[in-house]
Amino acid sequence: MAQAPMTASGESPMLLALRHVGKVFSNGVTALSDVDLTIREGDFLSLLGPSGCGKSTALRLIAGLSTPTSGVLDWRGSIDRANIGFVFQEPTLLPWANVFDNVWLPLRLKGISRAKAAPAVTEMLARVHLTGFENAVPRELSGGMKMRVSIARAMVTKPRILLMDEPFAALDEITRFKLNNDLLELWQDERFTVVFVTHSVFESVFLSNRVVVMAARPGRVHAELAIDAPYPRDEVFRTSPDYAALCRQASDILVNAINTSAGPHHDGH
Amino acid sequence: MTAIEQPVLTLDPEEAGRVRQERLERIGRWVLPLAIMILAIWFWDRICVWNEIPKYILPRPGVVLQTLYDDAGLLFSSLLVTLRITFLSLLLAVIGGVGLAVLFAQSKWVEMSFFPFAIVLQVTPIVAIFPLINIYVNNQTVKLLLCAWIVAFFPILSNTTLGLNSVDRNLRDMFKLNGATRWQQLRYLRLPAAMPYFLGGWKIAGGLSLIGAVVAEFVAGAQGQSSGLASRIIEAGYRLNAPRLFAALILISLTGIVIFLVLSLVSHLILRRWHESALKQER
Repeated sequence: MAQAPMTASGESPMLLALRHVGKVFSNGVTALSDVDLTIREGDFLSLLGPSGCGKSTALRLIAGLSTPTSGVLDWRGSIDRANIGFVFQEPTLLPWANVFDNVWLPLRLKGISRAKAAPAVTEMLARVHLTGFENAVPRELSGGMKMRVSIARAMVTKPRILLMDEPFAALDEITRFKLNNDLLELWQDERFTVVFVTHSVFESVFLSNRVVVMAARPGRVHAELAIDAPYPRDEVFRTSPDYAALCRQASDILVNAINTSAGPHHDGH
Repeated sequence: MTAIEQPVLTLDPEEAGRVRQERLERIGRWVLPLAIMILAIWFWDRICVWNEIPKYILPRPGVVLQTLYDDAGLLFSSLLVTLRITFLSLLLAVIGGVGLAVLFAQSKWVEMSFFPFAIVLQVTPIVAIFPLINIYVNNQTVKLLLCAWIVAFFPILSNTTLGLNSVDRNLRDMFKLNGATRWQQLRYLRLPAAMPYFLGGWKIAGGLSLIGAVVAEFVAGAQGQSSGLASRIIEAGYRLNAPRLFAALILISLTGIVIFLVLSLVSHLILRRWHESALKQER
């Protein structure tokens, strides 16, 4: 299995840099303020923070679903939307279409026929362990399976960067662990870049090579933590002292970030 | 549940009671309405006999049935006339309602500008509009169609508009991310998403188009210009032919019931795999 390309010390080239990016909504809320963030080719970067810290807003800016009020997004080379995959918090599938058609959709929108798309769709379904479920409709699948379909749909166009907005937050722990492992496997094989929004310390440490902790009101980057543990990571890593120590470290930073977050009140973490 | 497990399944009193309850409800759902219906018809018959009501005031059920049989030729040819108007106007209501809804969905401005017109058409009683239509339109069929259409198209329009506008925000973003054109968004996202809403409107419109057709015939029939079921009713009324009046009435309501059942079935078949409304209850 391929070793992950880099660690946070990062010699791989930059893919995207957010430079002094800010976003103010029309209701006056400052969602992001002066965010500087460099995303390198092949990174698995987690945005970790309390609710209201603007992690989802940052993700939408990167996706091009929203434009920054100030600052720039500096892409290396040209990138169009076809190079971006997006996985939402909910599976967000077409309820009337079966699994195959749901994964086919991004290709279909690019004018690729069912027959021509079939090899790519079939392969992607195999990668997320859903072979044999082509004809099931979302309603017939479990939450974890729906999320797998959603990931397959995001990956079927072979994007260079995959943006994930708390994708596993609604799943039970056993399913989440399984999906974490499978996602890492996929990432190591394909070497795309991932930006992963989460509010789980454990998930972010397990998955990423870089954890960026954000603070709220206004949303901003608080600190960054490099997770230098080698890939592949599996259940052995999940129970190792190294993992526990890193989680402790990330957790301390997060608590710190929450304490520096201004605002009416914050929920205990 | 396997065949081997089944015989050894012992139920505690609560579960057994629930199974019994469910079985009773299943039977009762059909038997009760039928029993009440039969009882009501019997009571109707008795009232006629007890009070010696003449048949030109209130005919006995048997007489109505006999009339239905004797006048079958006349009544069914009239029914066909009414059905033709009903189905044509339902078809036009679907085309017009969905067409307008899609047009409205293209831009909020279009919707804001024209929706009030649709509401005005809907809330003005058709009986009040008909004399106008009668002046402007010469062709009898067109006259009736227009009437029935005005009554039937609104539920389809308003439901489909609602459906086209209630697409999941994330799905909309997903389409945007994948560079979907406006047409693709309509074809692959908004129209399928509007389907359950459209079908709901369609079921209402089915009944309304029958009502519209009958009302239009009534108004037109009063001027001796129609040959549908409504004009049979008016005619029978003039001649104090109560049995035929009742027979025609029964035909109309049976038609309404059949239309509703057929539309419900079609709707169920379309939605049964994915929409909550069509799914069997699970526990």
